[in-house]
Amino acid sequence: MEERPLRLITSSPLDALARTVEALLVVASAPLPLDDLVAAADDDLDRVEAALRLVGERHSEGRSGIVLEHVAGGYALRASREAARACSRLFERPVQRSLSQAALETLAIVAYLGPCTRPEITRIRGVAAEATVANLLERGLVAEAGRDDAPGGAIRYRVTPLFERVFGLASLAELPRLDDFDGDVETIRERLHAVADGRGA
Amino acid sequence: MRVAELELDLEAFEGPLDLLLTLVLKEEIDLAEIDVAGIVLAFIEEMLGRDRGEDGAGGCELGESDLEACGEFLVLVSALLELKARLLFDDEAAELAELEPEEAAEELARRLAAYRRTKEAAAWLASRLEQEQDRFFRLGPAPLRPPIERPVAPQDPAALVSALRVLATPPEAVSLAHMALRYPPLEQFVQRFRSLLAGRSRFDFENELSELSRVEQAVAFLALLELGRLGEVSINQAAPFAPIRVERRNKERSPAWKSARSA
Repeated sequence: MEERPLRLITSSPLDALARTVEALLVVASAPLPLDDLVAAADDDLDRVEAALRLVGERHSEGRSGIVLEHVAGGYALRASREAARACSRLFERPVQRSLSQAALETLAIVAYLGPCTRPEITRIRGVAAEATVANLLERGLVAEAGRDDAPGGAIRYRVTPLFERVFGLASLAELPRLDDFDGDVETIRERLHAVADGRGA
Repeated sequence: MRVAELELDLEAFEGPLDLLLTLVLKEEIDLAEIDVAGIVLAFIEEMLGRDRGEDGAGGCELGESDLEACGEFLVLVSALLELKARLLFDDEAAELAELEPEEAAEELARRLAAYRRTKEAAAWLASRLEQEQDRFFRLGPAPLRPPIERPVAPQDPAALVSALRVLATPPEAVSLAHMALRYPPLEQFVQRFRSLLAGRSRFDFENELSELSRVEQAVAFLALLELGRLGEVSINQAAPFAPIRVERRNKERSPAWKSARSA
């Protein structure tokens, strides 16, 4: 049988650059910001963006087992969703994915209000945050981000790029607005005021 | 039912309620970590379970022993809540106590609203996590990430050579002359001025010092001031920077004058 080179990539003037970008994305194990890609590829921003689009077309769901995604402020390759079951047979469930209610609430506070301190988290949740924050730190979902300005300032925490990646967010701006979650706050308020009226009378 | 034996399965504790209370009182477990709502839920579930177990119909009538248990439980839980509130909101407790019922309700509503929003945000994150369960990607630090070299502006090798040449030139020897500075004794000038004035009644300070070094001139000036202080000379200067005229005081001659003269 005649040996022919496998041609997955159709011809394009950006082919060489697209191959370079692919290579860079393969060796990086964290999402690469556009600036880093441009510097490593040693090429123009516009051309690297065009090459990324090309790579994105070639590596998309249904076309490839590897999918290009824009996540956590950069570009990264991940397994296609159709390969998820095979991947899950290969790997245990990553620790980042199994989060308790307490961990999720703490993450929500840090993601929306961060950088914020443990006392601030405690104040909102009504439960000491020490253990939960330590747990999230260990999982790499939150990281320290300086100290509070107040005297004896407490350590502040922020969410990490890994958080954005685990939750599939291109950036924190993709989180729904906190004001959109209002639940039945008015009902709570009415009930509390009714109780207050009773006590005040 | 015995409240103390209520089995709990909380995030921070698993076991009977009385053990939890003991541990809290011995401060071996941090009450702030305990979800009190979880205890209440466990109690209610236990009560409901017992009701179903007893009459099979899920009735809500309470027997006398249940009422007692409820009372005991309420007392225990409210004490726990008070303890925990003091633990968590130490300095705020006093502030809040001063609020009018209306204001307190508003403050509480504000906090509950903040928590409610947090819970909903957490629920959104949970559903997002569920949707993203089938995303697999490489994790961990980036040992293979290529070190990115930030390009610098084009450089001229000749400029580097000349910069290095400057660095290669041995520096001038540092002068230590000032460290050898000797101050002539004040007494030397006192004696000198005394003998000068033994011969004549006045002299010009500048004329006498023109050949001395700056340090010697300074010491000579101090000697002059000393003589002035002793009342042996009068010092006059017509205007700033004008010549300083030193004059012998004639009123009486001290033994020092005589000895200077004989010398």
